[in-house]
Parts: sequence; C-alpha cells; structure tokens
Amino acid sequence: MSQTRRPAPLLPPEAGRDLPLLAVCAILVFLACLAVIGAAGTWRASDAWTGQLASEITLQIIPGADGDGEAAAQEAGQLASGLPGVISVEIRSRAASEALLRPWLGRASLPDDFPLPRLVTLNVDPDDPPLAAAIETLFDDAAYRVIVDDNQLWAAALARASITVRWFAIGLALLVCGAAAAVIAFAARASLSMRRDVADALHLVGAPDRFITGLFQERFFMLGLKAGIAGALLALLAAFTLAELGGTAGAIFFLPSLLPGWGAILILPAAAFLSGLVAALSARLAITTALAARWA
Amino acid sequence: MDQTQPEPHRDPDAGPAVRFDNVGMRYGRGPEVLSDISFELARGSFQFLTGPSGAGKTSLLRLIYLAERPSRGLISLFGSDTSALARDDLPVLRRRIGVVFQDFRLLTHLSVFDNVALPLRVAGQRVSQYREDIVELLNWVGLGERIDALPPTLSGGEQQRAAIARAVVSRPEILIADEPTGNVDPEMARRLLRLFAELNRLGTTVLIASHDIALIRSMKVPVLELAGGRLTTRTRAA
Repeated sequence: MSQTRRPAPLLPPEAGRDLPLLAVCAILVFLACLAVIGAAGTWRASDAWTGQLASEITLQIIPGADGDGEAAAQEAGQLASGLPGVISVEIRSRAASEALLRPWLGRASLPDDFPLPRLVTLNVDPDDPPLAAAIETLFDDAAYRVIVDDNQLWAAALARASITVRWFAIGLALLVCGAAAAVIAFAARASLSMRRDVADALHLVGAPDRFITGLFQERFFMLGLKAGIAGALLALLAAFTLAELGGTAGAIFFLPSLLPGWGAILILPAAAFLSGLVAALSARLAITTALAARWA
Repeated sequence: MDQTQPEPHRDPDAGPAVRFDNVGMRYGRGPEVLSDISFELARGSFQFLTGPSGAGKTSLLRLIYLAERPSRGLISLFGSDTSALARDDLPVLRRRIGVVFQDFRLLTHLSVFDNVALPLRVAGQRVSQYREDIVELLNWVGLGERIDALPPTLSGGEQQRAAIARAVVSRPEILIADEPTGNVDPEMARRLLRLFAELNRLGTTVLIASHDIALIRSMKVPVLELAGGRLTTRTRAA
C-alpha cells in the first residue's frame, strides 16, 4: 500500500453530468458580464459627454446678407473672450462647419455664397460658466446674428438617460445572477437526490449536516468558478469583437462604445469569484434545506 | 409479551447502553411494525436478535442507530432520551454506534480502504493517523489484498467483511450488525464472531440480528426474539 495515500473525494466525480450545468452557468455569466460591460461603456461615455458639454459653449454666427462670415466670427470670438468665465476661444473654419453638415448633405461642396453659419467654441470654466443671456447681450448691436447653444440642457437630459441605462444594466446583471442561483439550487438538489447513498452513509457514521453540505458547496463553488472564467472570457472576447468589427465604437457617434479598457480585465477574476460564491451559497442553502427536510 | 429484565451493568453508575420503553413504530400511516417493545442492553453486553423474516428486526435496529424515530414510547441511548435530542446532537451520538448493514451500504466509488476509513475521516482524523490501523484491520478480516479494490469488484462475502471493518474501525461503544455472517463461509463467520467477541471484551455493547441458530448457540449469549413486531422471548442460549 502506498504510504502517500490521499483520501479519495467523498462525492464521486461527475464531470460528464456536470458539463451541461457548466455550460448553462457559463452562458448566464456571459450575459451578466455583457450587461456589466454595457453599463460601464454607458458610464464612461456619459461622463465624457457631460464633462465636454459643461466646459464648452457654442456660438452660431449667422452673417448678414452681404456680411463676411470670417470677419464676423473673428469679431464675435474677440468679444466673447473678454467675458468672465471664458478660458479660451476657438474659431471654427468654414470647412469645419461644412464637415458637420456632411453626414446630411453628402460630400458635394456648398456654393461659396451659401450663408453657412460659422461656429465659435468658448472653452469655459465648468464651475462658473458665463450665462447665455449675458453672451447674447454682448452681441445686441452686432451686424450679424448670434445663437448661443446652451449645452446645460443637453447635459441634464444626457445624465438622466445615462443613469437609467446604468440601472437597467445593473438590474439585468442581478436578474441573471438570480437565474444562475436558481439553476444551481435546482442542480444541487438533483445532485443530492442522485448521491443519496453518500449522504445516508455519511449521516450514519456521524457526519453532521454541515460536513455533507460542505462537500456539495465545494463542488458547486468549483463549478461556479469554472463557469465564471469561461463566461467572462467569452464576454470580453465578444465585447472586443463587437467593438472592433462594426460595433458601436465610432460608427454611430452617440452610442456608447463597448470597447472595454484594460481595466475590464478585472472582470475576469471578479466574475469567477462572484460566480463561485453565488453557486456555493445557493448550493449550501438548497442542501441544508433538503437535509433538514429528509432526516429527522 | 415477556417484560425483559435488564442485564447487570458492568459500570453500576452508568445507565444501560440502550433502553426501550413500550416502543411502537410505524412507517407513514401503515400498521405498526413494532409494538410495545421494552428491553435494555446493558453496557458491555453481547446479545443476539432473532426472529422470522418481517418480524421487525431491521426496524428495531434502525431505531437504535437513529435512522428512524419511534411512533410512541421512549428510547434512551447512553442514558439520553433520544426524543429530546436536538438535530445537532445526533452526529455525536451516531459516532458512538457502529452499524453493519444487511445490504452493506459501501460507497461504490471509494476503495475498500476509503470505505473503512469513513467514520474516522468524518471524525476529523488524518490518513497518517489511521492508515496502519486500517491495514491491520483489513488483514484481520481477510481483505489485505483487496485494500484498493472498489466494492463492485468484491464478492458478497468480501463486501460484508468490508462493511464489518467499517463498523468496528472506530471502536464504537455499541455495535449493531444485521445478518453480518449471511454471505461468508462458516470459517470466516467464526472469525468475524471472534472479532465481535474481542470488541465486546474491550467494552463494546454488541447486538447481532441473525437467523443462524447454530451461530447463536455457539456464542452462549442472551437472545431477543421478535415475532409479529413484538418481543416474545428473551433467553440465554444453552
């Protein structure tokens, strides 16, 4: 007999029977991870948009019938730069205005005499921006018309939409976790029924419930861990693929990018651990309840 | 029914190992399979339990090793009323009882060694603590060469001996055996009985359910006889 004998696992290996369960759990983890990645993308995009909107004010300069757009833009920029709260001024060229219209009008050049509004961007102090009314007053006597785009209105709506999407994604992830827990609990009960001989034998040689529960808990923790790794890897792969090959990154500018940053790699250990934890806890609960019901 | 007298105690200060007072038992809503059972097993005693098939022997044993609860009456183990025990107290009590099941109940995925080690493992012992004891015990019951075999590859007699080894390995205070020699040849049956007798000599209370009249007579110990779920006679074998 070997002197290095190790005790055999008390629960028999059930790799073949565990495989479908592993696949279901991995798919659930995959969906939960995608929801989290989507929420994180929305979060990042929303932060970027709101930050940009809060620190910029755009002026549309509409020259008079015979006015010089370029001169009007230069003058407006100079006047605006003297306002308190304005950090710097950026005068956009006619070509920049045409580029903004290109998605709607195509690549054809506009006629030179087309009264295209010119844009002037004011980079402002986000904590103390100038009021829109104060800017408009500045141009009351100007020979051209000025429209002030108050981005704060956009920012508030955007923040509200972003919060809604985040909570929706978190709710979705929690729902998927709940589904995974229910599946594991069902599987744990089935596993106990299948290995009733083991549970009976252990009880009769004096094993307390927590000993038997521990065996099943350990098994399902490992299953959850494997499913978590597989599901998270697939989700990261899917997110990268989706973002790089015709996904949302840059293709449609107002949708959040699914392209996860390097920080997203943390989702792998987090998903594996959480998946193992959920599996172990739901198996523990199911087995404890089942044992209490079956043995007086 | 014969109201049996308890065996004299070896330790006068301790209660009997097992005491039944007017115990009745039924499965679900079925008829009583045991009725008005009263007896005591003194600590350190050796007794046989016999009776025809269906008399209730196995049910009586199941009550002793806490696999069932009585429908009525009182059962005491080591002086404790089992009906008053909390669920968490049962494992500790069960560890003081070794059981040889009629159907062996070996775990088919564990080797003979691991099956026999089960009570010690559950009690928290390490392999290094029990390895030598188990090898010695398995040699004694004639399974020294089958130590790594899985139960499905063993003959009925070998499985029975493995089940006996598992029941006695932790030197329980009570040993209950349901037909422990039913699948072995007479020579091995005598050898196993010597093992039970040796355990009894060391203080274990032994109760063996058996049909084997020759075996019972060979031991010259008290016999409890069940018929129709009632304890009918209690005799000292001649």
